[in-house]
Amino acid sequence: MIHFENVGLRYGMGPEILRDLTFDVPDRSFQFLTGASGAGKTTLLKLLFMSLRPTRGLITMFDRDIAMVPSGDLPMLRRRIGIVFQDFRLLDHLTTFENVALPLRVRGRPESSYRRDVVELLEWVGLGDRVNALPPVLSGGEKQRAAIARALIDRPELLLADEPTGNVDPPMAKRLLSLFLELNRLGTAVVIATHDLSLMDQLEARRMILTHGRLEIHG
Amino acid sequence: MRPTGPIVPVSGVSGNALVVVVAIMAFLACLTLGAVTMIRQSATSWQSEIAREVTIQIKPEEGLDMDKALARARSVVTTFAGVTGASVMGKGATARLLQPWLGSGIDIDELPVPRLVVVTIDERDPPDFQAMRAELNAQVPQARLDDHRAWVDRLTAMANTTVLIGLGVLGLVMTATVLTVIFATRSALSGNRHIVEVLHFVGAETRFVASQFQRHFFRIGLKGGLAGGVLAAGAFFAAGAWQNATMGAAGSAQTTALFGRIAIGPWGYLGIALVVAVVAAVTALTTRLTVMRTIRHIDRARADGNRAEPS
Ligand SMILES: Nc1ncnc2c1ncn2[C@@H]1O[C@H](COP(=O)(O)OP(=O)(O)OP(=O)(O)O)[C@@H](O)[C@H]1O
Ligand SMILES: [Mg+2]
Repeated sequence: MIHFENVGLRYGMGPEILRDLTFDVPDRSFQFLTGASGAGKTTLLKLLFMSLRPTRGLITMFDRDIAMVPSGDLPMLRRRIGIVFQDFRLLDHLTTFENVALPLRVRGRPESSYRRDVVELLEWVGLGDRVNALPPVLSGGEKQRAAIARALIDRPELLLADEPTGNVDPPMAKRLLSLFLELNRLGTAVVIATHDLSLMDQLEARRMILTHGRLEIHG
Repeated sequence: MRPTGPIVPVSGVSGNALVVVVAIMAFLACLTLGAVTMIRQSATSWQSEIAREVTIQIKPEEGLDMDKALARARSVVTTFAGVTGASVMGKGATARLLQPWLGSGIDIDELPVPRLVVVTIDERDPPDFQAMRAELNAQVPQARLDDHRAWVDRLTAMANTTVLIGLGVLGLVMTATVLTVIFATRSALSGNRHIVEVLHFVGAETRFVASQFQRHFFRIGLKGGLAGGVLAAGAFFAAGAWQNATMGAAGSAQTTALFGRIAIGPWGYLGIALVVAVVAAVTALTTRLTVMRTIRHIDRARADGNRAEPS
């Protein structure tokens, strides 16, 4: 589904943050992306999300060389990807419900067609009573769960999650992990960036480890 | 659950500031437009007033029966098509006309002053001055026809220049309005970059994002434009009403002489409506282009600072 070949990336004139990355993210796979703080996890997710272009190397996503994809096609490709940003990126003027429904709304779906699904998902992530709250009054963990719900709502083919359990307690982290697994079981490839060892220890999964700009893959 | 809110936040300090800026610029543009309309109207009315009259001057001469000559000249010109009337300027009127030069209390009969026949003509279908002049010459050799051609030409030139200057000023003001609206819209939008980004990242197409913002900002532009336009139209209307109310009072005659009637007419009001439409359209179009550019920027972002090739 995704293929990286000799991908390198630097910010400005700085050192290469990522060096010679060559790997695949297969269909329906589940993997953790880990590494020390500042190792480049968020940067790699941005490459996977096509919001950053590599300095060198080749990236193929959904069988297309992304260097050749015209801008007009990017939204259609992104609709196949769900992303949880490390800083959530919820819109402060929309309620939790509206934030989570946003991906469906921009696809032109009428509200009546998704209302139940959104409310159901919000209940599953424990935000059933925060449906009408605006993000500024949500706790860090609540925002995180809203961001996760937004990424999942359209059942993407690929889910990218940046520290999705960084702000929640262990029981909630476990619950969210089981949500990702459920999604994976339904056919979504999942990449979770985290440095939470206890989270990774909860299941046997592929681990991609970033150190000094290079990638090591276990499993 | 509240009804689903709009994707673009409804109000904001920058939105309100934009309404005010748009309103002020639209007001100024409408004022200029109205002023130019009025100048153009008075220029044409000066011209037509002057062109509506020609005069026949009869010089006194030894042995000439002035009254007969005047009557004769009058009857000659009235036979021409395009002449709507002719009247001999009486002795009293002639004396008044000469008063600045000769002082009051003069006896016209004792002085060899020329006398006038004032001929009013249909300006849309003026008589054949050439033929009129020839006929007059034959019948009353002392008569001279003055069709004010030189005056009309000079006035026309002046009026045209004035209107041109007015149009130039209007062009500058409209350009300033458009540029100000563009910059104000862009700065109002700059606070929304994160919204554009999130919408784009959750899969919204450029067209969708652009039209969401465009709809919202068109409303802002229309609100501001209408406020400015209505204010300007009201100002012209009030000034016209004031002029009517004080008609005849000291001072108002001067204003009227200088500016003509303060009324911009249906074309002026149409122009104001047009300014409002232009302002709203510029706001909307700027919004669309700015949003599209923002998205292009987001898509071409490269970590190493080089711009990606446009694809
Ligand atoms: N826009 C940027 N411009 C310049 N340098 C950047 C930029 N973004 C990230 N970096 C640098 O790139 C490196 C990798 O950053 P990145 O955010 O990918 O790390 P991370 O692995 O996600 O860290 P964390 O676990 O703390 O989130 C860091 O040294 C960071 O300072
Ligand atoms: Mg990070």
